[in-house]
Amino acid sequence: MRVQLSIDKVRGPFVRQVEEISGQALLACNQCGRCSAGCPVVAAMDILPSQVIRLGQLGMEEVLESNTIWICASCLTCVTRCPKGVDLPRLMEALRQIALRKGAAKLDLAALPPELVKEVPQLAIVGGFRKYMR
Amino acid sequence: MSIPYYPGCTLSTKAQNYDRSGRAVAAALGLELAELPEWQCCGATFPLMLDDSMALIAPTRVLYQAQQAGERVATLCAICFNVLRRSQALLKRDPAMLERINWFTEQEYRGQVHVAHFLEVLRDDLGWEALAGRVVHPLSGLRVAPYYGCLLLRPYDEIGLDDPEDPVILHDLVRALGAEPVDFPYSIECCGSYLTVKEPQVSETLSQDIIVSAREHGAHCLVTACPLCHFNLDYPQRETEAGTVGNEVPVLYFTQLMAVALGLPEEDWGMGEHYVDPRPLFNEQ
Repeated sequence: MRVQLSIDKVRGPFVRQVEEISGQALLACNQCGRCSAGCPVVAAMDILPSQVIRLGQLGMEEVLESNTIWICASCLTCVTRCPKGVDLPRLMEALRQIALRKGAAKLDLAALPPELVKEVPQLAIVGGFRKYMR
Repeated sequence: MSIPYYPGCTLSTKAQNYDRSGRAVAAALGLELAELPEWQCCGATFPLMLDDSMALIAPTRVLYQAQQAGERVATLCAICFNVLRRSQALLKRDPAMLERINWFTEQEYRGQVHVAHFLEVLRDDLGWEALAGRVVHPLSGLRVAPYYGCLLLRPYDEIGLDDPEDPVILHDLVRALGAEPVDFPYSIECCGSYLTVKEPQVSETLSQDIIVSAREHGAHCLVTACPLCHFNLDYPQRETEAGTVGNEVPVLYFTQLMAVALGLPEEDWGMGEHYVDPRPLFNEQ
């Protein structure tokens, strides 16, 4: 894949938007990878949590197309372990919000298995509304 | 002593067994959980974005309702606990946000209510020795894997209930009841949380790893403080395809384990609706 880096992107509106919504400084991350090493759902992700930050640092909006931001369950393991104090779940939330505010819902309620809806605690459904829909 | 209590939505519906066993053990220990006269949903997720304060309205209303009842409020649901404790921490450090939400809700929340988990009440108000002294059926020989999950522990700076990487509060409780806590590597790993509605195969894989690990470390059951962890660990075991037939590991709320050890009647155990029935563990005792 050919990637073009430019100062316009690195200091562009996408980076500012991510930092404003999350309250996190993307460049605080030094890519040590502890978040990716400890992430319990990393196996289901197409790119690593630390790579999400790297793409964000470079201003690459393509990061919104990765499934990683939707697989993150906000378990906060990475927050506990980040040596730089970066709150990665807040960055994931900012990216989800940017994607959701641009377009379609990510949770298809009609497609949920009826037996699951009958049994699942409603806080999971409310949590799903909050995380995957606007 | 009576403590204002916020049950939350799930404990009033899908996890009534947690609510019932919790209230029963609290009453038996002289720590009555007095339900707030009026309450509403906490919102089920703590808002992680900074540019949208809408999601703070629900937890702030709950905190206001708790303020009417006293200086602290106890919860059993680990998710309600996390949402309320984090919201309280935010409102306390950000008076402008508190004022903004109060302006919207037209309620005067003063930002001072202490949000406690019932485990914390047991540890700090009663103490493990005193609890051990109230046990009438010690759970000797029972090997219990304490499963903390995420929201009871993290983030440490706002929750601060226990060490986020090496917690002991459930271990201590299990020990006080005469059972043996089993260390296993998945004790603080995520169960998948609400991924269960969007990516069920991901959360089922996580559950499977947790259950298998607990079993391989010799646990007879898992114990948790969260109704969503409970569901995510118990529900996948209903199916034969899960590969756990004959090897099921019952999943209990800590209050259910307490109800047995404190000698409460079986109705208060609330064990009739588990996918994996835990009662054989105790009938053999």
